[in-house]
Amino acid sequence: MTVYLFIVLGVLAVLSALMVVFTKNPIHSILYLVLTFFAIAGEYVLLNAQFLAIVNIIVYAGAIMVLFLFVVMLLNLNKETEPHKSMLRKLIAVVAAGLLMVVLVGSLKGASNMSIQPFSHNTGLIENLGTVLFNDFLLPFEVSAILFLAAMVGAVMLGKKDIK
Amino acid sequence: MQALTTRSKVAVNKKMTFVERLYIPAILGGLRITLNHFFKKKVTISYPEEKREFAPVFRGQHVLKRDENGAERCTACGLCAVACPAEAITMVAAERKPGEENLYREEKYASVYEINMLRCIFCGLCEEACPKEAIFLTDRMVDTDYVRNNFIYGKDKLVEPMDKDKRIDVSKRETTETREFKTHPGYAHNKLYTKSLK
Amino acid sequence: MSISLFIIYKVVLVVVVFLISLFIAMYSTYAERKVAAFMQDRLGPNRAGPFGILQPVADGVKMFMKEEIIPQVSNKFLFILGPSIAMFTSCITGAVVPWGTSLHIGGHEFALQVTDINIGILYVMAITSIGVYGIMIGGWASNNKYSLLGALRASSQMISYEIAMGLAIIALVMTTGTLSLKGIAAQQTGWHWNVFYQPLGFLIFLICAFAETNRTPFDLPESDSELIGGYHTEYSSMKLGFYLFAEYINMFISSAIMSTLYFGGYNMPFIGRLGLSPNLAAILGIVFLFAKIFFFIFFFMWVRWTVPRFRFDQLMNLGWKILIPLSIFNVAITGFFILLLHK
Repeated sequence: MTVYLFIVLGVLAVLSALMVVFTKNPIHSILYLVLTFFAIAGEYVLLNAQFLAIVNIIVYAGAIMVLFLFVVMLLNLNKETEPHKSMLRKLIAVVAAGLLMVVLVGSLKGASNMSIQPFSHNTGLIENLGTVLFNDFLLPFEVSAILFLAAMVGAVMLGKKDIK
Repeated sequence: MQALTTRSKVAVNKKMTFVERLYIPAILGGLRITLNHFFKKKVTISYPEEKREFAPVFRGQHVLKRDENGAERCTACGLCAVACPAEAITMVAAERKPGEENLYREEKYASVYEINMLRCIFCGLCEEACPKEAIFLTDRMVDTDYVRNNFIYGKDKLVEPMDKDKRIDVSKRETTETREFKTHPGYAHNKLYTKSLK
Repeated sequence: MSISLFIIYKVVLVVVVFLISLFIAMYSTYAERKVAAFMQDRLGPNRAGPFGILQPVADGVKMFMKEEIIPQVSNKFLFILGPSIAMFTSCITGAVVPWGTSLHIGGHEFALQVTDINIGILYVMAITSIGVYGIMIGGWASNNKYSLLGALRASSQMISYEIAMGLAIIALVMTTGTLSLKGIAAQQTGWHWNVFYQPLGFLIFLICAFAETNRTPFDLPESDSELIGGYHTEYSSMKLGFYLFAEYINMFISSAIMSTLYFGGYNMPFIGRLGLSPNLAAILGIVFLFAKIFFFIFFFMWVRWTVPRFRFDQLMNLGWKILIPLSIFNVAITGFFILLLHK
């Protein structure tokens, strides 16, 4: 049962991720991305990581993608207004993305020998997550918090009308 | 300058205090008012089931009265048509033939009497002008219609039925005050009338 | 409990919760008109059936029979997807609300909650944030600039107030120590209602709930008396009905969430002392919960017919400059008291 669900969600995630790239309409592309996030949230739930699943939906699907949608809707991107891309540009993009894939595959190849820990039903629960986050990873957690604060202050500064 | 109403307030542009700026007391006050109205008696009259009483001075569709014997009171003098500010009344006079005494009270009668209900403003000047107590405004509504021509009411619609039981009650309009208004010798409009009586 | 019994019990529960939310939403439309009328010294709808009790049915039939118009230039799939998402998101929130404790029938225990996930509140937040898509997609797919502007207005309002709502919930979670709605409801026995511990948080949550459900004084997305319909200008027939209906389901669900989070859910003071059998107590609990829910639904309507609508800049000022700082202050002061009391 779980395996089938996993396969269905995985296929859905990959397919909609591909559609994000292949679809012409930017709004459709965003909606496919939202679908991808939902599929991934489903995978989290299968791992009993409900907190991660919900946070994934709240933050990515509910907040970030809504803002994306906002911007794209206001830009009113159409096929006619799409800037013409030369072959050279496309080639560069393919090479860059290919290199990124090589890096990703290479890094995952080294990790393939890692021992798979036995699945515990408490892994994804919020209590354990909190314990880990505030004990083992306290410093990175706080540093990222400061990073977000800095970004927020920067956004407010940019949004101000008259900077003196 | 004297205030036009007792409810007017002088606008003061003073800064609001902190409590006022919270708005919550004001909102609660508003909620109290609406809740009071929630339990108040409703003013609605559910129309087809219950009907609202007309005011005693209501002026609706006209009626041409008959006298006690069933003869039409109208003598086609034309005073109502003259008095009518909307010029809604037209009539054609005719002479009474012998043998028609039970139909028409006077020697002259209106063979055609028409009121255009679209022009009529229901002011009641016609009934004031009438020296024969023949035309009255009643508490009936003028019916609606789709055709403009149908609003020109002829004698078929205006004259009340012969049948004693189906006579239209205008006692509300025939108060002692109106009678006095029509006959009192002190009023200027009655001077000519009283002179003619002498 | 055997697996087949479990499935039957869950299906029955889901269907019952779904039908109850639809039924209450249906009669909320009737109640809204009645409440509005009574507050304006009128009688309200009273023609369809005794006291107009069949009015929602008549309205539903009208909605279904109306001509359905899909604009030629619109994106048809998204045009239909919009109201579907709005309806779907408002219907699935009821899954985590604990409607009562549990019934004991034939040696089995049937919890009166569709599913008790340990992050119930976050689930509600997530669904609320997904609800924005229904409005945005609908407004964009109409291919009408007024609809698009309406959609932007609506979604920026909802996004803004989600933040303050989330912060109010964080303060609540700090006092309860759990994210499960069932756990939060179970804690509030007797007079230990969270509203007494989190009065400011409740006020913020209440205001945000008004904004999230697009109810007056925050009904700028619709502004039926000032603007054309907003994001659903191009919608007709039952698709418009879905948008309007979703608002009423949202109102019901947010009343349920508010009752559960702050007003003890199915708990009622003094009921524990009566020594009732568990089943009877559970049923009474449902009755109490619904009494609270109905009060909140009435409150929603009461406020709607009392307070005038905000201007858009006032709305944004209230959201960003007042409610968010206030809710952060609430979080801080809650943390301070927790530190003080736990020492």
